[in-house]
Amino acid sequence: MAAFSLTVNGKKHEVNVDPETPVLWVLRDHLDLVGTKYGCGIAQCGACTIHLDGRAMRSCVLPVSSVGEQKITTIEGLSKNGDHPIQKAWLEHDVPQCGYCQAGQIMNAAAFLEENPDPTDEQIEEAMNGNICRCGTYLRIKAAIKTAAQINS
Amino acid sequence: MTLVKNTIDRRSFLKVSALAGGGMMLSFSWLAGCKPTAEELLTLPKEWFELNSYIKIGENGVVTLMSPNPEFGSNVKTSMPMILADELDVDWKNVIVQQADFFPERFNRQFTGGSQGIRQGWKPLRTAGATARQMLKNAAAQTWNVPANEITTEAGVLFHKTSGKQAGYGAMASIAAKLEVPKDVPVKEIKDFKVIGNSKKNVEGANIVTGKPLFTMDYKQEGMLIAMIVHPPAFGLKVKSVNDAAARAMPGIKDVFVIQTLADDYERNGFDTTTFTELVVVAGTSTWEVLNAKKSVQVEWEKITDKNVVVAGWGGKQTVTIPAGLESTLTHNAMMAELSKKPASVLRRDGNPEAAFKKAAKVLERTYSAPFLAHNCMEPVNCFAHVTSDKAEIRGPIQAPEFIMQTLSARLGMPREKISIKLERMGGGFGQRAYGHHLVEAAVISQKLNAPVKMMYTREDDMTYGIYRPTYTATYRAALDENNNLVAFHVKGGGVPEHAVHANRFPAGAVDNYLAEGWQINSNITIGAFRAPRSNFIAGAEQSFLDELAELAGKDPIDFRLELLQRAKDKPVGENNDYDADRYAGVLKLVREKSNWGTQAGNRGVAAYFCHNTYVAEVVDLEMKNNQPIVQKVVAAVDCGIVINPDAAVNMGEGGIVDGIGNALFGELTFVDGVPEKNNFHQYRMIRQKEAPKAIEVHFVKNEHEPTGLGEPLFPPVFAAVANALYKAKGKRYYQQPFLKEDISLG
Repeated sequence: MAAFSLTVNGKKHEVNVDPETPVLWVLRDHLDLVGTKYGCGIAQCGACTIHLDGRAMRSCVLPVSSVGEQKITTIEGLSKNGDHPIQKAWLEHDVPQCGYCQAGQIMNAAAFLEENPDPTDEQIEEAMNGNICRCGTYLRIKAAIKTAAQINS
Repeated sequence: MTLVKNTIDRRSFLKVSALAGGGMMLSFSWLAGCKPTAEELLTLPKEWFELNSYIKIGENGVVTLMSPNPEFGSNVKTSMPMILADELDVDWKNVIVQQADFFPERFNRQFTGGSQGIRQGWKPLRTAGATARQMLKNAAAQTWNVPANEITTEAGVLFHKTSGKQAGYGAMASIAAKLEVPKDVPVKEIKDFKVIGNSKKNVEGANIVTGKPLFTMDYKQEGMLIAMIVHPPAFGLKVKSVNDAAARAMPGIKDVFVIQTLADDYERNGFDTTTFTELVVVAGTSTWEVLNAKKSVQVEWEKITDKNVVVAGWGGKQTVTIPAGLESTLTHNAMMAELSKKPASVLRRDGNPEAAFKKAAKVLERTYSAPFLAHNCMEPVNCFAHVTSDKAEIRGPIQAPEFIMQTLSARLGMPREKISIKLERMGGGFGQRAYGHHLVEAAVISQKLNAPVKMMYTREDDMTYGIYRPTYTATYRAALDENNNLVAFHVKGGGVPEHAVHANRFPAGAVDNYLAEGWQINSNITIGAFRAPRSNFIAGAEQSFLDELAELAGKDPIDFRLELLQRAKDKPVGENNDYDADRYAGVLKLVREKSNWGTQAGNRGVAAYFCHNTYVAEVVDLEMKNNQPIVQKVVAAVDCGIVINPDAAVNMGEGGIVDGIGNALFGELTFVDGVPEKNNFHQYRMIRQKEAPKAIEVHFVKNEHEPTGLGEPLFPPVFAAVANALYKAKGKRYYQQPFLKEDISLG
């Protein structure tokens, strides 16, 4: 056990956990931020995607001890009122079916659009290829990302 | 005007009224503290008046509609209340949707599966909506002293034209709630629908995109422990001994113990499917600690012996042997090849197939096969339970709560009235969650620990302790005469542990000489429903075969099918043909038109299938890039009768198509000595963004048939449409799923 100070969604939190604990479980079990999902535990499905200093990261394999001063953003903190362009576009395209993977999809898409505000279809496919959607909402995800790019521009 | 018989009796109505207080909680249950959604920002009424199980109206006119069925992504939580709203005649903007708990005395068939939610909910939901509207009219008639039949409604307002009187539903709700429930109530004419047929967004959309705790996996309460299981690593093994010393000594661990979920002599229900009735449980205070301790539990396993269990399924009570043995895919395949050559149980015979085959000008025979598949719902299996001495509270991802209730009651030693099941949103279902073994596991664990518990599987547990889609094979034979007419058709199918043959489906009824046979191999690998059970294999096989047969006959594959359907319509062969030839032909004609079939070049494949009461035809266009098939476009034509929520229906169709392409190309679970050879997504290939089709069009046949479902029917035919398009691209036929194993690179 060790104490860690984390900045999550702009707020400081102190946790006392095993240093190896993945950020995913710190968020879910210790900080009650359950929007970030467990899907595979081995960074293969993307359901646990968060932002670390704005970059998309798989929180299921990210030990809490490696975070340091870096700022964590989760789906709960992506926007104040659920109105991030990606979230708006997701609603416009009515993307989700079961919804379980969508927080990870959204977090990955939001970080990607920061890097590449005007992506091609191929770039979107490449960037989103790590996020599995068992329901098969991929076409709507792609369309929503394109819409969000337009909202941004 | 159409009248429907009211099935809501006075007794259940009174029972409902007595419970009205609980209804006032609406969305403030355990979501309390979350930011309110748009629906919650509606001005909430001071008082609710319950008109029946499904409908509550506030004094200010705000309406709460109960969504009876569990939601696993097919959007019933939006589409079922839409039916209520239309018959009640309220503005969708003033509606709050609330998920019903499992409560069979109040709600009709709380089962999400078989694509039956909308089909079987249609009449009860319309009746509930129409009954409430009639009661509001009756209340206004009484208040205004005018005949009820002179009162009209529009968007939550009651009107009496001649007197000029009008009132909102809210103003009449308290009176209406006390009135007799009318016996016969008018339902709307189809042309008068205002909500049905107009796309409404997913009512949970805002909660999903902001990461609200919607799933059982997200649930927690004070004092809740986390429990995980250690199950046998192979089918055919069981616990011999457990050394839990190391695990017990680890931080945060409360207990390690073995549970037995079902007694050996327990008479099982049809959906009690579970192989591992004995599990090692590790319980502790946090997920990470339990995950670590789970790895330190040392278990010695031993082989099972043949075990007889009594199962009371839909086919009646029977004794089933769970055979001993450590099974392997190679052995399964060899046994299946052997049995494919032998005669099997005759499921249907028309005419004289053998004589027709002897006289035939051309005979085509092909064998198809497909592997076991894992469900791989994105939310791994999990369940919350809090069992105390006098009650059990369960929250879980469960498609079919009714099917597990009896077993829960028997296992906990508690009458079912003491057991409550909350129907949480499911992170996928696909048939996996029709089986409630995880509810029993969680409840037994909670009872043992005497604490609230969330039991969760790791992804590895979920994939290797599954209730899989069976492995199947089918051999097709067809005979053409000298004019290339189909004169005989023979399908013989088998699998581990069941075959996939639907003897009365097309092309039965369209061929004079027809034979369907089935055989099966018993197994200890648990199998069960998987999106469009059996159809998910047989459609791919049959529709690939018909494509090859059409080619042998020198006919266009759509024309060939239409000729057969015309035959089935004009002069059907045999009885019990399980399809409407006109509607079947209708989707083929629509897909032909929408895909520009016959005029557009490319690697195109077509397939059509009828299952779960819905007709679907699909055309797939694909291109090869670096020896990898890339699906460019899929055009689907669907006849599901009236479409409730069009955009959501398209979404469901897209999902079925994407899922079908993924499973056709990649889906596979193989076994060696009882051990599943894949345990997570690094090994089990799922379709991803890059492999999804570039475009999908879903077109609906416009008619006024009662609505049928969409969760399953678009899935099966795409397997064959992909195979038939691959043939155009590669010049060879694909008989074994997954297709990418045969000779296309994995990229």
